[in-house]
Amino acid sequence: MNTQTMAVDEPRVVGGIQKTRPIEEIKSVVIRFVGDSGDGMQLTGNEFSKSVARAGHDFATHPDYPSEIRAPTGTLFGVSGYQIQFSSGEVFTSGDAPDVLVAMNPAALKTNLPDVKHGGMIIANAGAFNKANLQKAGYQSNPLDDGTLTDFRLYTIDISELTAQALKDTGISKKEIGRCKNYYALGLMLCLYSRPLESEEGNIRAKFAKKPEIAEANVIALRAGYAYAESTEMFVSTYQVRAADIKPGRYRSLTGNHAAALGFAAASELAQVPLFLGSYPITPATDILQELSALKHFNITTFQAEDEIAGICSAIGAAYGGVLGLTTTSGPGMALKTEALGLAVMLELPLVITNVQRGGPSTGLPTKVEQSDLLQAVYGRNGECPIPVIAARSPADCFDCAIEAFRIAVKYMTPVIFLSDGGIGNAAEPWRIPDPARLSPLAVKFRTDPEGFQPYARDENLARAWVRPGTPGMEHRVGGLEKNFLTGNISHDPINHERMVDVRAAKVAGIAKDIPPLMVEGPGSGDLLIVGWGSTYGSIVQAREKAALAGKSVAHVHLRHLNPLPHDLGDIMSRYKTVLVPELNLGQLSKLLRERYLRDVIVMSKMQGKMFKVSEIHDRILELC
Amino acid sequence: MNQMTEIKPLTRKDFESDQDVRWCPGCGDYALLAQVQKLLPTLGIPREHFAFISGIGCSSRFPYYMETYGMHSIHGRAPAIASGLKLARPELSVWVVSGDGDSLAIGGNHFIHAMRRNIGLKIILLNNRIYGLTKGQYSPTSEFGKKTKTTPLGSIDRPFSPVSVALGAGATFVARTVDSDHPHLLDTLRRAAEHPGTAFVEVLQNCIVFNDGAYNALADKETRDDARLLLRDGQPMRFGKDGTKGIRMRGFEPEVVTVGEGGVTEADLAVHDESAANGGLAFFLSQFAAPLPVPLGVFRAVEAPVYEQLSTGLADDARAKRGQGTLEKLFNSGDTWTID
Ligand SMILES: Cc1ncc(C[n+]2csc(CCOP(=O)(O)OP(=O)(O)O)c2C)c(N)n1
Ligand code: SF4
Repeated sequence: MNTQTMAVDEPRVVGGIQKTRPIEEIKSVVIRFVGDSGDGMQLTGNEFSKSVARAGHDFATHPDYPSEIRAPTGTLFGVSGYQIQFSSGEVFTSGDAPDVLVAMNPAALKTNLPDVKHGGMIIANAGAFNKANLQKAGYQSNPLDDGTLTDFRLYTIDISELTAQALKDTGISKKEIGRCKNYYALGLMLCLYSRPLESEEGNIRAKFAKKPEIAEANVIALRAGYAYAESTEMFVSTYQVRAADIKPGRYRSLTGNHAAALGFAAASELAQVPLFLGSYPITPATDILQELSALKHFNITTFQAEDEIAGICSAIGAAYGGVLGLTTTSGPGMALKTEALGLAVMLELPLVITNVQRGGPSTGLPTKVEQSDLLQAVYGRNGECPIPVIAARSPADCFDCAIEAFRIAVKYMTPVIFLSDGGIGNAAEPWRIPDPARLSPLAVKFRTDPEGFQPYARDENLARAWVRPGTPGMEHRVGGLEKNFLTGNISHDPINHERMVDVRAAKVAGIAKDIPPLMVEGPGSGDLLIVGWGSTYGSIVQAREKAALAGKSVAHVHLRHLNPLPHDLGDIMSRYKTVLVPELNLGQLSKLLRERYLRDVIVMSKMQGKMFKVSEIHDRILELC
Repeated sequence: MNQMTEIKPLTRKDFESDQDVRWCPGCGDYALLAQVQKLLPTLGIPREHFAFISGIGCSSRFPYYMETYGMHSIHGRAPAIASGLKLARPELSVWVVSGDGDSLAIGGNHFIHAMRRNIGLKIILLNNRIYGLTKGQYSPTSEFGKKTKTTPLGSIDRPFSPVSVALGAGATFVARTVDSDHPHLLDTLRRAAEHPGTAFVEVLQNCIVFNDGAYNALADKETRDDARLLLRDGQPMRFGKDGTKGIRMRGFEPEVVTVGEGGVTEADLAVHDESAANGGLAFFLSQFAAPLPVPLGVFRAVEAPVYEQLSTGLADDARAKRGQGTLEKLFNSGDTWTID
């Protein structure tokens, strides 16, 4: 924990309770809640993040859960976790190592202990450390009292029992009481970090509005946890993180998937063209389908298709009909969509394909992060089949990327692949709510003039015209067979084919002229340039800043556009002695850079289903300069 | 629409595109093309409101020959593409033209789900019981034991009936016709065009090159009356050259009988009911195999909520309840906080 000052020991009232304990001011803290997948840890973490958000902190979260919906209780593989870093400064990642681990059972402790900071705080639900659970976690003796945890500040609290006691008069069942312990834990943490109770109580009542007795029980559990932390002497001091120095404005907390959904809705409004989403559920992309399905009062149609192929095909049909066609998926679903992607390239219709990447190949690690579909996105189709590819760097950035994807799609009449990943799709951060009136409109033109119309004639961007069926006098046929350069009729003419291959490639390459100059963080030339893309942004930023403070000549450029690559990237790369490319794959962007710029780059890869730690990248920087 | 402009009635010619038709001479696909071009001008729908979507196969070249909007897509996926188009643009008349391989092999999944949803698509399956475009491999409708290039020793796949599949998937309009009987083909297409939900029409189609004569018995004026059973709603199931043959149900077993023989009267014959609440009768008919005649006509036509109308209905309800969505409200919903 980053302790700054010790505040005076003055009595104050927080959450209706007199506080007399010293409050330490700290700069930032990393907390991880871990328990069984049925323990409600995602909810606890989420609620805690909302509470710190309201206090004006910047934060980043990392939900981490098993792919089994309800893994057997107490098992090592059934542990679900939620990590949050919040700070009075800017936050870019959910943090390398927890300062505080809230462990609801032995399995959770065992699997997460290696990550906890040396000297960190462990709050363990002693009640769950019984013989059966210890055995399931593979502990020979109880780590809470056998000396295993001497390097940590350990607090053992029988959360199960204390919750049960607090709720014994509520009349709800034992099982329901068991479910309330996450709110007890939340109460503990709210007190420890000097967060008020009232708004959380409001949240609980809203969340369980249909079950008032459960709402009441959870409120009691929350208060009991808070009171316990407040009244016992167990915590020497409580902590306060100062509000972050954040740009003024109105904020809300968004996950990447939620932000993408808002971005797609915004694209439709900005284009004044309805949106059609054809999709098939798959982790971790499903949320986008769910979020958009709830927006039927916009000009949005959602269609849960019979499979991913139908998902993209229905979106192609819709795009042909003159609406914004969208399909969302993750790795294996992307593989299924491949043939239809080729069709979309031939049809030259605007379409956005979102791939919230997860660990692969095949079903791989469905709930874990990876960036290993980049080469598939850029190259993975039959024939010469260029498709623009963009990627989001953070949860909130998914909003902008969703709009950018459609901007490219309609301007160039092309499918666009938008890569997100499980690391940002599920993670949350504060999003500064934009003024819709200040978002730039998306220019969409439908051609209605039959005079001189040629279906495959192109404008200055090499884009053909978008014609809605139903437009008189412009009836024409499109399809997957090679087309005549102008009429779009089938053509097997060899020269025409080569010309079409060239023009499709040139059209996509030409998008580079629209990419704004890259932002280089750090010196404009020097020893080391880090080139990153996607969700590794936060770790890279923090590692670079730390190294720069130590006087290292290191810069960072983060790519949103991966195909085509920005026109100034080659020049930027040439100004540094060494180029480092950290990626959650075996070096896919590195391959693209080498091929394109004929210059070697240093691959830094991680394939563990986890984000980079700041320290991992920092260490690598120190090795290189 | 401009009231002043005089709307010239459309003719068959208006639906012929400038592309050369490239089917083998004698291919049954020509018959469908001709009858569709004859039908469309009579439907009172402006030409630009038609869209023909196809998959891949000889039959799927269909859209190129139609002077309407159209898309020749990828193998088996036409129903999915057409569904997206119809949902996005319910006002269009969207037709799917497909083959037996296209619809029932690679596209089987999309086919059954289109039937199940009851989207207002007109789906025509040209069934030549063979793969034409890839030059003569057996298809999901080829007979058991059929010798083809990939089954030189005879097919060991059991075929299925497209009509049975459609009915099994809950289709609300299912019909069968044959390329050689143009009036019947036209009539059946008209019925399909008038149906509000998914209308499925199987066209028994001759592939002169790879499966010639598959439907000879139905085409030949000499044999066809004995070989086919023309379904007529509310009418007893009679067939045969002199109309004396009929279908009688023995419990769950259909049998061919002759009216006037062995005490059989017309009252003993099964009566066709295309709108029966229970689809059992239609399914029986779809399973007819020799020595029973091949049923042609409308097997089933029932009304059911139409998907795209339900979809727009949901949107209308949502707007009625919540008002037309605005970004301002959307962005500011949920838990927000202000930093000054
Ligand atoms: C993904 C894919 N697989 C295979 C093919 C090859 N293919 C094209 S048409 C066809 C079968 C066509 O048979 P059918 O649908 O019965 O149509 P017909 O040619 O007989 O009219 C096949 C296997 C293809 N184009 N695409
Ligand atoms: S191969 Fe058969 S189905 Fe194909 S065009 Fe020729 S006759 Fe028609």
